[in-house]
Amino acid sequence: MADNKPGIPSIAGLVAKIKSGELFEEIQKQVLSSQIWTSSFRHGYADTPRNRVLQIASNVWLHLHPVKIQRHALRIKFTWCMGGITFLLFLSTVVTGVILMFYYRPVGEYAYFDMKYLQYDVPFGMLMRNMHRWAAHAMVITVWLHMFRVFLTGSYKPPREFNWVIGVFLVTFTLLLSFTGYLLPWDQLAMWAVTVGTNMARATPFLGNEGPFQEYVFGVSAQYDARSALIGGSIVGPPALLRFYVLHCIFIPLVAGALMIVHFWRIRKDGGISGPL
Amino acid sequence: MAIDKPKNKVEGLEEKVHVWPYLVRLEFLCALFTIIGLTVWSIVIDAPLEEAANPTKTPNPSKAPWYFLGLQDILVYFDPWFAGVVAPVLIIVGLMLIPYLDINPKGNGYYTYEERKVAIWVYSFGFLVLWIALIIMGVFLRGPGWNLFMPWQYWDPHKVVALVSVDLPYAFGVRTYNMAMLFGAAVVGGYFAVGTAAYFFVERKAIKAVGFLRMFIKIQLYLIMIGIVIKIVLRLAFNIKYIMVTPWFNI
Ligand code: HEM
Repeated sequence: MADNKPGIPSIAGLVAKIKSGELFEEIQKQVLSSQIWTSSFRHGYADTPRNRVLQIASNVWLHLHPVKIQRHALRIKFTWCMGGITFLLFLSTVVTGVILMFYYRPVGEYAYFDMKYLQYDVPFGMLMRNMHRWAAHAMVITVWLHMFRVFLTGSYKPPREFNWVIGVFLVTFTLLLSFTGYLLPWDQLAMWAVTVGTNMARATPFLGNEGPFQEYVFGVSAQYDARSALIGGSIVGPPALLRFYVLHCIFIPLVAGALMIVHFWRIRKDGGISGPL
Repeated sequence: MAIDKPKNKVEGLEEKVHVWPYLVRLEFLCALFTIIGLTVWSIVIDAPLEEAANPTKTPNPSKAPWYFLGLQDILVYFDPWFAGVVAPVLIIVGLMLIPYLDINPKGNGYYTYEERKVAIWVYSFGFLVLWIALIIMGVFLRGPGWNLFMPWQYWDPHKVVALVSVDLPYAFGVRTYNMAMLFGAAVVGGYFAVGTAAYFFVERKAIKAVGFLRMFIKIQLYLIMIGIVIKIVLRLAFNIKYIMVTPWFNI
């Protein structure tokens, strides 16, 4: 028949091949036996239990995992994937943030114009800035959802109490990371949002110059109180910019990163993801 | 589609599975979709950049970053020492205490409403209403002067809102400063005392098993959370400003 000529496969035949998976096997065979492949990889991967274990145990990145887990821990309906996505978003902000740091100077005279330069003159600068900002905002949302899921599954109950406590530190640091970053564009939005936020420190009991009982603490004044320690002066000015920059790029990421390591380590030590016994 | 329920073990299926490939491939797919989503979002929507910072030009309204707008909204009802300092500290400490206060052994590691109704209600109320709903209100409905505007209303910076609120002692006819202070202290102190006593009475059978200190801290945290709601309602429904006025602080 006409449509069975060699070299011109029929559509129906092709669909059948795709459906049965035969086509992919064929492609795989072609690729795996090609000269490029065989010269690059000296031997194939045999899907044996021993190799499955080695893939995890002998890989510096993957060995964060146990080699075997409870079947139910795979269910997205259980974890919502939110802890992992939070971590991924954190990593995305680290990568994009380092790139932004190449172009940004935390100085009153420069900061705003560096942002403009980044947006209009740096190749992919706008994209990097957008990814950094949206990943940060998304991280705030996913960490709240992660916490909600952990609460709903009662996963803070013994033996995981302490990991919940670490988690509360993590959510606090996530918010502080986002908040300190908010000032850095040095535009009106940044300056006034941070003014509103840090004004609260003025009202700290005992230590803020407008807080309850401040009159009983020696030396508390608008120039010298909890708020001025935070922003390095009595208004949100260049010293605040530098302080927030250092906190945002160095101190908080280091602390949050360290806490994440402990968080992941504790998940394993506490017996993996929680589940019905 | 057959979903294997974790509780009844499926015959012939092993309980433990290899992380490679089963978990790693899931993580890979999850990461792929997240990164694609983030990239598309970043291509489509630009991060905001307003005019350069200007300390002499205060925008109206000045809003904190959106994730703090719940707290900023509480400022309408409470003084900054509470809304901006004590409340956040209480939230953080209270969250950390959850595993040590909730000693109900049921519902560990699976979804259940039946076995821990109170816990789910309290957390969901705090998270969804006091945190998320206030944020949504703060982002979309709070305009100049931190006044409430419906989405279809014009943000009129000259909107006049009558300040008719009075303090609770005044509303009850207490007119001298010292008496008002006493009255307010009695109301606030009475609220906590009666609330605590009532809780211990209702839960008296549990004291031995749960422990006095645990129950005491738990009810104080509940009372503070309920108190915030009471104060919001008092303000909105009865125009009550402060319940207790002292030379040092007001509640
Ligand atoms: C930067 C923030 C965080 C990251 C990157 C993170 C990451 C993770 C990951 C990857 C898991 C594995 C299971 C899952 O994905 O659900 C997990 C589990 C857990 N997380 Fe987090 N987390 C963070 C914040 C928090 C917070 C705020 C809390 C609670 C206050 C928390 C409490 C827990 C607990 C108790 C578990 C064990 C859950 C179980 O065994 O079912 N974490 N976390």
